[in-house]
Amino acid sequence: MANGETENDLRGLNEDDSIVCRCEEVAMSEVRKWIAGGYDTPDELKRLLRVGMGPCQGRGCREIILREISSMTGVPVSEIPPGRIRPPAKPVKISLVARDYTGGDGR
Amino acid sequence: MNPAVREAEILVVGGGAAGLCAAAEAAVAGARVLVLESDLHLGGQLVKQTHKFFGSKDEFAGTRGFKIAGKILDEMASCKDKIETVTNANVMGYYPEDGVVTVMVGEDEYFKVKPARIVMATGAQERLIAFPNNDLPGVYGAGAVQTLMNVYGVSPGDRVLMVGAGNIGLIVSYQLMQAGVQVAAILEAMPNIGGYWVHAAKIRRLGVPILLRHTIKAALGDVVVEGAIVRSLANGETFKIDCDIICLAVGLSPTAEILWQAGCEMKYVPELCGYVPIRNARQRTTNDDVWVAGDAAGIEEASSAMVEGRIAGLDAAASLGYEIDESRFGVYEERLKALRSGETASRIRAGLARVSANGFLGGMTSDGFQ
Repeated sequence: MANGETENDLRGLNEDDSIVCRCEEVAMSEVRKWIAGGYDTPDELKRLLRVGMGPCQGRGCREIILREISSMTGVPVSEIPPGRIRPPAKPVKISLVARDYTGGDGR
Repeated sequence: MNPAVREAEILVVGGGAAGLCAAAEAAVAGARVLVLESDLHLGGQLVKQTHKFFGSKDEFAGTRGFKIAGKILDEMASCKDKIETVTNANVMGYYPEDGVVTVMVGEDEYFKVKPARIVMATGAQERLIAFPNNDLPGVYGAGAVQTLMNVYGVSPGDRVLMVGAGNIGLIVSYQLMQAGVQVAAILEAMPNIGGYWVHAAKIRRLGVPILLRHTIKAALGDVVVEGAIVRSLANGETFKIDCDIICLAVGLSPTAEILWQAGCEMKYVPELCGYVPIRNARQRTTNDDVWVAGDAAGIEEASSAMVEGRIAGLDAAASLGYEIDESRFGVYEERLKALRSGETASRIRAGLARVSANGFLGGMTSDGFQ
């Protein structure tokens, strides 16, 4: 099947619509817009767009974002600041953490 | 009430090929070991490997992966008074100021543990790529499909498009066909097949095309996957493939969150598929209390993961003062050297040379990496 014959199938489909962060439903267009604006590190994009802040904590999108930054800025992935990775590695209910509370009034 | 912080001599994070070998080795040396596994059962990726392994006899070449897991569990059972295992347990954080590790079991239990030593054997995660409609139900990681089929006995669909002709893409394609699922084609962006030819040949004999220099341009469908548009990287031509499942087998990356939190010096090494910790020949990282083994140390194969686990477990036990037979290190280093000797391992050797550099071999030889 040649190019022309897939035109109908591809109508309305744009690479920019690809989902980068499935947890927070962030599209490639958003990521590209901010990288083009100079926000070209994962930490900045995380604060702006919440990419990597959902249930998987960036396991799905971190690399896609690094590759996109690299291809747009020409900076090799190894030289892009990878971003700060903090606990918790997965979302946790606040009640579980609170159960361990021992500060202040000694509860 | 002051909640108890549990103690452990050696905490092994991850109960897969590397972690279980580390646990067995450390326990045989006399150490008390706590193994935390995020899945519902031990064995990691081994439990879904229905094919026979290559590698070396010492790492059970010729045996099917899930049977290898059984052998390691038997070894652990021989010193079961030394090993405690907790499944469905996620390590949530490592706090370097006091060395406390937080753990969530299921979603309703939470505890702290302060281990003297840690072996990080957290494995890998599947790499994803972005394309339009990549969020449609029916787009899977190949590893996820393998788990569905081989662990849970669930068929993912009727007709699969596999993206990636590395070993995972090839093996999962073959196993899909064994399960009665059609494989429409295997796409590979590179000009050559990344996996072993023996796996590729089995698939070709069954008539499945392996399309080199082809990539996925878009998934099609309104509510679920109904097909895919594929593009040739050679001439830009696009065409449609009918399928209800798209399987991504485009690589793995080391799972490194807790290593970052532990302050281990990390380095991006493309040959090892991502950020991995700098370590010495005994798998010890720049955090003196932390060792690394298996895919978390760089994407390789289960055979070398098992040997790395043994080295890490043995060295962690030795660091606690347990008497060990030093000659074991030599034996394990020889095994690694053999596993990494071939042409296909040249990438691994190059990657390892980069994370073992800068004099951080602690006086130990780097021969195993040459």
